[in-house]
Amino acid sequence: MRWGVVTFPGSNDDHDALHVLGHVLGETAVPLWHKDRDLKGVDCVILPGGFSYGDYLRCGALARFSPVMESVRAFADAGGFVIGICNGFQVLCEAGLLPGALIRNRGLRFVCTWVHLRLEETETPFTCRATRGEVLSMPIKHGEGCYVADPATLDQLERNHQVVLRYVDPSGRATTEANPNGALNNIAGIINEHRNVLGLMPHPEHAVEKFLGGEDGVKFFQSLRAAVTEGASRRAASLVPGP
Amino acid sequence: MRARVFITPKKGVLDPQGKAVEQSLHTLGFPEAQDVHLGKYVEMSLVGISPDEARRRTDEMCRRLLANGVIEDYRFEIEA
Repeated sequence: MRWGVVTFPGSNDDHDALHVLGHVLGETAVPLWHKDRDLKGVDCVILPGGFSYGDYLRCGALARFSPVMESVRAFADAGGFVIGICNGFQVLCEAGLLPGALIRNRGLRFVCTWVHLRLEETETPFTCRATRGEVLSMPIKHGEGCYVADPATLDQLERNHQVVLRYVDPSGRATTEANPNGALNNIAGIINEHRNVLGLMPHPEHAVEKFLGGEDGVKFFQSLRAAVTEGASRRAASLVPGP
Repeated sequence: MRARVFITPKKGVLDPQGKAVEQSLHTLGFPEAQDVHLGKYVEMSLVGISPDEARRRTDEMCRRLLANGVIEDYRFEIEA
């Protein structure tokens, strides 16, 4: 499987993602430049964390007009896998590839800490190898991570099982105290209706090596690898001519 | 022509900045300040288009970039 990681001016987790995929997980991971339209044949595009275009106007508002984003949009529309982490999640919302928006944290402060997250959905290619309801530990680091959407959209997200991750306490309860930024319904990550575009505020790429605090983030990458590999073998099998 | 665009948080959307400023105003002795909201102000010159076009195109700028309709409202003034 081939992964691509986009670098916008101001991205700062792009090399963390490339490191984890290439050096820790032994995957093929290629950098993608914001001015390039060529996605280099990747199976999954990662929009990394950072402060693309200085967070000017609104977080993610300007990155969405990068040449690479035209290709990412076409790629996603055709069913390609896209993961937006932190600033990448903000870019996906601004681009309309995911519903809702991310606004200033309830407490007005930049939050940098490890959080507990309940995995709500395993019927997605990004979480198929994880266990539903399990409590994961991953770091967050953001000033604008408060997820909001209008009541109808929120209701639709819940009914369609599009909420993938929720901020919870260590025992898995989605309490106000466990919510680090005021996100509605404690939402930390969502998936689009077609289930090929994932956006999340926590950083799975920062939770892949034990000595850096934890390995729960690896589940997202392993799940998608499994989904892509199985999909490819199914497609190959369907191409085998019958007797 | 000159365009002035005012972007404000949509009603009902959490506005922690507005809340914090409101509290500070109360602390300073301005209890009359209620319902404080912080927004953005954008101004620009519009060159080579008619006033009608200016209104239409400024509205389009707001919808496509300057404001995010999910969380923000906007209004603008065009001055000859």
